[in-house]
Amino acid sequence: MALPQAKQTATEARLAALTMPDAGCTRGAREDALARVLESGLPGRRDEYWKYTQPDSLISAEALPAAVFVNDEPVLFNDLDRLKIVFVDGVFSAEESDELSLDGVKIDRIEDICCKDIHWAKDLYGVLEARGQSPVQRPLAALNTAFASDGVAIHVTGKPSKPINLIYRHASPTSDAILHHVIRVESGAEVTILESGPAASRFNKCMEIEIADKGTLHHVRAQGRDHERRAATHMFTRLGAESVYKSFTLTANGVLTRNEQVVELTGDNAVAHVAGACVGDGDFHHDDTVFITHDAVNCESRQVFKKVLRNGATGVFQGKILVKEGAQKTDGYQISQSLLLDDDSQFLAKPELEIYADDVACSHGSTSGAIDETALFYLRSRGVPVKDATNMLTLAFLAEAVDEIEDNALADEIVSRLEGWLARRS
Amino acid sequence: MAALDQTQVKEGVDQETVDAVREVGTYKYGWDTDIEMEYAPKGVNPDIVRLISGKNDEPEWMTEWRLAAFERWTKMEEPKWAMVHYPPIDFQNQYYYARPKSMEEKPKSLDEVDPKLLATYEKLGIPLKEQMILAGVEGAEDAPAEGRKVAVDAVFDSVSVGTTFQAELKKAGVIFCSISEAIKEHPELVKKYLGTVVPVSDNFYATLNSAVFSDGSFVYIPPGVRCPMELSTYFRINAENTGQFERTLIIADKGSYVSYLEGCTAPQRDTAQLHAAVVEIIVEEDAEVKYSTVQNWFPGDENGKGGIYNFVTKRADCRGDRSKVMWTQVETGSAVTWKYPSCILRGNESQGEFYSIAIANNYQQADTGTKMIHLGKNTKSRIVSKGISAGKAQNTYRGLVSMHPKAKDSRNYTQCDSLLIGDKCGAHTVPYIEVRNNSSRVEHEATTSKVDDDQLFYCRQRGMDEEEAVALVVNGFCKDVLQALPMEFAMEAQQLVAISLEGSVG
Repeated sequence: MALPQAKQTATEARLAALTMPDAGCTRGAREDALARVLESGLPGRRDEYWKYTQPDSLISAEALPAAVFVNDEPVLFNDLDRLKIVFVDGVFSAEESDELSLDGVKIDRIEDICCKDIHWAKDLYGVLEARGQSPVQRPLAALNTAFASDGVAIHVTGKPSKPINLIYRHASPTSDAILHHVIRVESGAEVTILESGPAASRFNKCMEIEIADKGTLHHVRAQGRDHERRAATHMFTRLGAESVYKSFTLTANGVLTRNEQVVELTGDNAVAHVAGACVGDGDFHHDDTVFITHDAVNCESRQVFKKVLRNGATGVFQGKILVKEGAQKTDGYQISQSLLLDDDSQFLAKPELEIYADDVACSHGSTSGAIDETALFYLRSRGVPVKDATNMLTLAFLAEAVDEIEDNALADEIVSRLEGWLARRS
Repeated sequence: MAALDQTQVKEGVDQETVDAVREVGTYKYGWDTDIEMEYAPKGVNPDIVRLISGKNDEPEWMTEWRLAAFERWTKMEEPKWAMVHYPPIDFQNQYYYARPKSMEEKPKSLDEVDPKLLATYEKLGIPLKEQMILAGVEGAEDAPAEGRKVAVDAVFDSVSVGTTFQAELKKAGVIFCSISEAIKEHPELVKKYLGTVVPVSDNFYATLNSAVFSDGSFVYIPPGVRCPMELSTYFRINAENTGQFERTLIIADKGSYVSYLEGCTAPQRDTAQLHAAVVEIIVEEDAEVKYSTVQNWFPGDENGKGGIYNFVTKRADCRGDRSKVMWTQVETGSAVTWKYPSCILRGNESQGEFYSIAIANNYQQADTGTKMIHLGKNTKSRIVSKGISAGKAQNTYRGLVSMHPKAKDSRNYTQCDSLLIGDKCGAHTVPYIEVRNNSSRVEHEATTSKVDDDQLFYCRQRGMDEEEAVALVVNGFCKDVLQALPMEFAMEAQQLVAISLEGSVG
């Protein structure tokens, strides 16, 4: 079917501004991805999947400039022993990064893979992204697969002693970065992946994660505070039997963020938890889009998303649990809540269930409202000033999402960020 | 159901259960009445629109209104977003107008009424006295009515065949008649309100309805009047290949109250039939409207053959402050249901409620829900939806709750629960929640589960058979909604729930 004219024009304009890197063994995947983009076109305002988020600035030929924000907070995860992999405006920085070697893990740059004809990552690059295009098209992810200029391939075969931290620095006000990472966690292996930083003026990131039977992956991400940055990120995760995937994202400001999580539970007894806390001010627009597919017996999925919005910020949540025929004994849970600290902010949600198996327990809840007056009154009557009381209640509200982080040290870092946000503006 | 006739009756299973099971897949209202019908030619075009308008003796402005709608419809596309699948509908292979020939001239006494038509009413379960009135027997209205009175407007295929208790309602100032009559008798009211809640351009099916609606009911409750009885409409599709397009307009003026019931049935046929209705409700200051539906169109047979395609647009506009509207629906019929009774809460402190039970068995597909649009301050809405899927059916709840920036201090509570019986069916929930101010509270909860084994076990060990136990658990599951129905319907609905699910276990 021919694309609507406006979409066709927008897609052509964006593609004209890009060149496909010399691709080596990823060439096939990249060409297929480009074909997907041409077929579906880039997202437009009239697409149902983009009902609540305007994709215009994410698909424009040139990225809108974004001033580099000087963060006065201590560098995140700085006190942790971690392996740093640094990208500046989407370009790998060897000087700032640690040596890419760690027991139990093999790390390659996507650029290096491209020179090889045979590499394990070839079987993953663009594969989960392609699977994730149905039933809903995700053209920005396909665009990423086709044109990603850098990224890493992480092969986890054991249990590395420290987390791997992907650090995205934003240095140029006009940067437009496209990164693509692939991660394969082998059977019984376990790894923690951290992501931090604003990355670029416009950031398109795609991460494909394959977790084999009994593998475990923890993911904690803190998207940077740059007020004018824009980001569209996709995480495609496929889980084998008895594997575990736990992901948490903190978003504090940034003018536009769209985080998509596409999770497929394909092995029995797998567990996937996806959580997010976002705090936003002013012309902040944050969109969490989650699609979880249950395609095996006795799996558990959990989505916990909390948003605190003030000064006219917008929070969006689109979450879906799809339980395929035969995926019996599924336990699916989804909660999306927003706390609107003033009258100008808004929360738009579309929490969906699509279920084709009968022996399941699936539930979702979604609420929106202001700070509970009764709770506030209680605290004030105990002598807590109104500002402190509000902060206390706001943190308590966010706690359910932060609690999804298993590692206490990581959770504490996140909480300190949230406290900082509350202190700055309240 | 030949197979069942040969079923060995197991020990301990009583005859009643056997009979009930035998009834599986059969549809109680599946007969058709062999009445001579008058059809308009097949298909739809401006001439058909003019013909329908002419048959109803409509004034020029009404014909123009219809033609404008038709013009618009030709440029529209069928909506595809609902989670329902059906073969493409050939809109030119339908009759858009059919009416019993005996209605060409109104009967003057009972003898002149087609006896087959009377038999139809009897089968539909309309009380005899009302039958007499429907047939237009003079003096019947003065006879003392037993128990609670319900005024009935019956729509048979395309035309309203009679409205009961008109005189008594007139005394109270209530106007309850067919819409074709209202267009002639009360053009000022129709002109003022028709199309103001569901505009001509609203959606594909509503626009088609605007062009070709043949009849329907009209209700006007004057200021301060509490309608002395429940008003009811029975819709019956009888003729083959006929689309039924009825239009209902209810106006509750300041401080009035009315409870309106709607029931529908259709004969069992192999081919799918189209039904696209529009209901508009206007609720003025301090008025209250209760609208209850038991939708029992023919759902198709157990192999998914035939059945009604039910594409309905229903909307209430709470224009005045403190106005209230309550939608209650029990959806057990239709092969495909596409229906979202909505509330526009414009007046301050206005309230909207939506209670729904949607049951889909065999190959039925239901995509139903509601929209609550909060525009006024202190508005409240409540949504309770219970979806039950069995066999190979798909059941979707689709809804919108929207709090506009000016709808301060508003409140919404939504609960949608789905129950799955069998592993070949599906239950889906697609809610949209839009909150644009912070003094409003919105809560949405949804669960999906199967019939609880513990509950079933408990019932079984108390001596119930599995089917009874499931019916009991399901009735308990639906209780919140069943309780919101008026008495007359609650009983019928409860039985319907049990019948619709027969054969879905074991």
